[in-house]
Amino acid sequence: MKVLLRLGIFARKYWGLLALAFLCLLASTAFSLIVPRMLGRGIDVVLSSGDRSFLVVAAAVVIGAAVLRGLTGYGNTYLAQLVSQKTSYDLRNALFERLQRLSFAYHDKVQTGQLMSRATVDVEAVRIFFGMGLLGIPQTVILFIVIATILVMMDWKLALLSLLFMPAIAWRAIKVSQRLVPIWLKVQQLMGALGTTLQESLTGVRVVKAFANEQGESRKFSTDARVLYDTDIDATRQMAVNMPMMLFLLSLPVSLILWYGGRQVITQQLTLGDLTQFILYLGMLASPVRRLGFLVMNLSRTVSAGQRILEILDTETQVKEKPGAVEFGKVKGQVTFDNVSFGYDVMSPTLKNVTFDVQPGKLVALLGGSGSGKSTIANLIPRFYDVSAGRIMVDGVDVRDVTLNSLRRNVGIVQQDIFLFSATIRENIAYGALNASMEDIIAASKAAHLHDFIAGLPEGYDTWVGERGVTLSGGEKQRLAIARTLLVNPRILILDDSMSSVDAQTERLIREALAKLIKGRTTFIITHRLPIIRNADLILMLKNGEIVEKGKHNELMAKRGLYHQIYQTQLAASEGKELAEE
Amino acid sequence: MSMWHGGWAGAHRGGPPPTSRGQHGALDAEYDGDILGAPYDARVIRRLPKYLAPVKGWLALGTFGILLRSAASLLVPFLVAITTDRFILTRDFSGLNIMVIAFIGANLFMWLGQYLESLFLAYAGESILFRLRTEMFDHLHRQPLSFFDHNKVGKLMSRVQNDISQVQELVTNDIISIITSALMLIAIAAFMIAMNPSLALITLVVVPALGIIMFIWQKYALRAFLRVREAIAQVNDQFQENISGVRVAQSMSRERVNIQQFEGVNQANLRANVGAARLQAMMMPTVEILTNVAFAIVLVVGGFQVLDGVAKPGVMLGFLLYIQRFFQPVQEMAGLYTELQRGMASGNRIFELLDIRPEITDSRDAIELPAVKGEVRFDGVSFAYEPGNEILHDINLKINPGETVAIIGRTGAGKSSLTGLIARFYEVEKGKITIDGYDIRSVSQQSLRRQIGVVPQEPFLFSGTIEENIRYGHPGSDHDDVVNAAKAVGAHEFIVHLEEGYDTSVGERGGSLSAGQRQLVCLARAMLASPPILILDEATSSVDTTTERIMQRSLRRLAKGRTCIIIAHRLSTVTSTDRIIALEHGRIVEMGTHRELLAKRGLYYEMFGALAAQDLQPGLAS
Ligand SMILES: Nc1ncnc2c1ncn2[C@@H]1O[C@H](COP(=O)(O)OP(=O)(O)OP(=O)(O)O)[C@@H](O)[C@H]1O
Ligand SMILES: Nc1ncnc2c1ncn2[C@@H]1O[C@H](COP(=O)(O)OP(=O)(O)OP(=O)(O)O)[C@@H](O)[C@H]1O
Ligand SMILES: [Mg+2]
Ligand SMILES: [Mg+2]
Repeated sequence: MKVLLRLGIFARKYWGLLALAFLCLLASTAFSLIVPRMLGRGIDVVLSSGDRSFLVVAAAVVIGAAVLRGLTGYGNTYLAQLVSQKTSYDLRNALFERLQRLSFAYHDKVQTGQLMSRATVDVEAVRIFFGMGLLGIPQTVILFIVIATILVMMDWKLALLSLLFMPAIAWRAIKVSQRLVPIWLKVQQLMGALGTTLQESLTGVRVVKAFANEQGESRKFSTDARVLYDTDIDATRQMAVNMPMMLFLLSLPVSLILWYGGRQVITQQLTLGDLTQFILYLGMLASPVRRLGFLVMNLSRTVSAGQRILEILDTETQVKEKPGAVEFGKVKGQVTFDNVSFGYDVMSPTLKNVTFDVQPGKLVALLGGSGSGKSTIANLIPRFYDVSAGRIMVDGVDVRDVTLNSLRRNVGIVQQDIFLFSATIRENIAYGALNASMEDIIAASKAAHLHDFIAGLPEGYDTWVGERGVTLSGGEKQRLAIARTLLVNPRILILDDSMSSVDAQTERLIREALAKLIKGRTTFIITHRLPIIRNADLILMLKNGEIVEKGKHNELMAKRGLYHQIYQTQLAASEGKELAEE
Repeated sequence: MSMWHGGWAGAHRGGPPPTSRGQHGALDAEYDGDILGAPYDARVIRRLPKYLAPVKGWLALGTFGILLRSAASLLVPFLVAITTDRFILTRDFSGLNIMVIAFIGANLFMWLGQYLESLFLAYAGESILFRLRTEMFDHLHRQPLSFFDHNKVGKLMSRVQNDISQVQELVTNDIISIITSALMLIAIAAFMIAMNPSLALITLVVVPALGIIMFIWQKYALRAFLRVREAIAQVNDQFQENISGVRVAQSMSRERVNIQQFEGVNQANLRANVGAARLQAMMMPTVEILTNVAFAIVLVVGGFQVLDGVAKPGVMLGFLLYIQRFFQPVQEMAGLYTELQRGMASGNRIFELLDIRPEITDSRDAIELPAVKGEVRFDGVSFAYEPGNEILHDINLKINPGETVAIIGRTGAGKSSLTGLIARFYEVEKGKITIDGYDIRSVSQQSLRRQIGVVPQEPFLFSGTIEENIRYGHPGSDHDDVVNAAKAVGAHEFIVHLEEGYDTSVGERGGSLSAGQRQLVCLARAMLASPPILILDEATSSVDTTTERIMQRSLRRLAKGRTCIIIAHRLSTVTSTDRIIALEHGRIVEMGTHRELLAKRGLYYEMFGALAAQDLQPGLAS
């Protein structure tokens, strides 16, 4: 119920339209009630007085009522659709906006496929509710009451006879759909699961092929599809027995009336016209009563869909802007970590008491084993996550005191995992700088040593890169990502292992270009190539989330600690000593 | 489920640019816009019997059910009319009783008919769905990688999900319904004419009017529905792309722009839908008004006829009930017409996809590759992703069994492409590749790839636990095997450090592991499969040197009797191999050991030598 109320708040701005739709609905119901009356009276006239002019009048009234009913019915359907479409438009916008703003921590946990199904299947379920259920339920109730009243007024015994069945039928409809609801929900869920299996298997197709595991994947998919099949059949069986049963039950009161009413007509206690009216009115009840089942089903689907949607909308981003956050202009580029601790989940800290201070324009190298926390440090500077203890400062200001946008405009990060959009090379490079000119784009790609490659392509900058950039080589992707970040021209640049697929020579050229491009840029670099690190102003040696050594190359070499050891190892390996030893 | 495909930015939406379209089995990107086909498409119809044959019993029962239901429902007004005229108006109580029983009987038959219809048509539909789904899935997995380079996953998903259900609808609902609706109409008209020809003819005048209105409505409605489908496809597409790329968006502060862009397509979708709603809302009132016009005609003309003694009052009653039943199938048929067109278009898309012959197939007389020693030979191999843009030129290369070679070269030189050819992910343009003397085109792909372990440049993990991922290449293995493989590549350390150890779930694409950890898991996965030929494509590029060294040591051990091809940019990795192959612009330019190549002063020296000399002599800082 709470869910429905909250969804209702979404449609609140359209209450005027909704009220109008409801008025139309009432009017059209009223007009439709006129028709059986006229037809019944007409038959009576034919059988008794034979007043021809009445027949003509009745016919005119029938047509008139139909036209009015048509117009109001149109108004009702259209307005209800309008409201439902507008609501789903709002919901999608809200979802999109929320998801764009939710921090990395959220996106780490959710699957794209699931978010998609919320934005499509669930929003659609809610839309159907606003288009049909919201007005359909009161309509059914009102229609039932009005017709019941009319019938009782005409002949209370007949009315009682026929209406006695209705609550039973309605109750049965609701019961059946209650039984169906869990099955349908299960079907929905299985469809989602099947979709996920399909998606995983297609996105991982390179791995599937590499291990020649097509048969395994196929087996998995067909197992899932088989379970879905069985559940679907189950639902079908329930439906197949019950839906026609409902129709049959509805035909019982009609039979009764035909029988009892027929006798009454014979004994002249009832006119044939009244009997006709009775049957026609009962017919009008049939479809709303049948729809009740559907509405109940829709209602429970709406509740569960609404829950899933609201779950997203209610998620607060873990990285919140403070109310009085200030705007950063161009920063100088001093970065300070003051006793920073951080964990992706509360249980296990990933970074422990990290402290360092980088002056503007310096080159910092982060070094350490896999999973030692280098990328984590990199992700904390643009505040993709919030620290759990300590603080991070840029130019002496806590990053939590400035607006996210102004902070991130100053910090450019080339992520270790590169995501490219399925678009052209140019659109990808200009992703962060929409009004960049072609010259800027070319300059950035020259700095990233990508221009020659692009120029050599038949379509140059308009070449389409496949999904996530599949049609590019590893190094090309990385350089594209570098160019994309350079174009934003940040004061603080973070290169997270972003040249691992680029040969050392090209890397050196890129770094030289970078150095020229902007003097005084603070640069963080994460790499496993020691030669680069040697020139760094500050080397941070990480182990299990802690800084174990810190200083310049020479200082660290003199210490004869971990850094020295690693350096020696690499030296040995590069000279081929390793081979000789074994 | 919706269609998730396309691009994020305004231009080029709808797929790759024209030049790459139609090559390598890329589905015609525009085709997705082609949502409505002809209502009857022989190409689609001709394909259906194959799917219908296994379920023809069910279909027959279902169709029988429909006929039963229709017949019974036609009988009801007739019974009412007879009851009125023959029994009520003639005061025949017993006749009335019999007729009421007949009435209940007719309704029982309706129940039975509808039961048969819904049950068996659904059975048939579900099993066709199942069949098409699995067939499509297997078919997609037979396609070579080039196919996936050009077709977005979202688009393929939408084919498997939307189009298939549309075809199922077509087969088990649309075609049958349209036929039964037509039969119904004819039967009702026949009944009415039989009961009272003159009244029937006058009443049925309304039908052509309805027909004309429908015809005009249809045209507008089609266009409106088309717009709706396109609009929603774009909405979903943008949604998907922007969720996948949300990290980039946030790091570049582009959220606001994205939100605005999304509002744009969302707005277009709203407009399209409201337009369609306007048309759709028109349908019911129109039909209803015409129904009532027919009622009015019956009232006046029929009434006058009764008064004139030409007709009986029961006939009037029967007519009223028939008219109620008459317009339902008319209305249904109008809706079905659109469904039919959609179904045909979907069918076309599905069969188009099913007809794509995988470019790489096992030859008819393909044999199973026996257990190999691991000799790999390239004989004058040339290769191109796109015809006319050759990436590899005339490669001649022999790698001995048990040898470990490194392939080096600048980025984009063609290293990954070269190794991708060995597992036959792509087909060579010229020349041939043999393994132990077997041309790889003469053996089955399964048996070939079972003997080749590839660790791709992009470490991809499936959502699941670490253990599940490592076991992927060797499903039968037990926990100890998994642990041993992890130990061999130096991954065990970090795994046991994790909260849940081997049961840690890695997240979508392995996102909750660090990049190096992901590579280690990929390595362990390949290691467990234990193939005679191992290809590591920059498989340790993100791994620190210490871990790498552990790995190399165990690799050395494992490499005994195993052919190893390693692509690397790191000197330490390269020098640990038996032989180095240097690639430049798709040609092999040098080959030899570290020392030999250094002495040559060629590409290798340029890339590594200077570096080695300069960087590793302390004191020579740049
Ligand atoms: N699937 C593809 N479709 C079209 N072109 C491709 C595809 N994959 C790679 N290419 C192109 O082929 C060329 C060689 O790519 P390849 O991946 O073999 O390079 P590489 O030597 O592995 O480079 P890196 O060290 O950067 O990974 C590149 O110019 C690349 O753009
Ligand atoms: N999104 C995440 N959710 C949960 N845990 C994570 C996430 N990202 C990283 N981790 C864990 O945090 C630790 C540090 O990871 P991080 O990515 O910072 O390592 P790294 O030093 O960059 O390693 P690499 O050199 O392999 O890239 C690892 O143990 C990793 O498993
Ligand atoms: Mg990292
Ligand atoms: Mg490569």
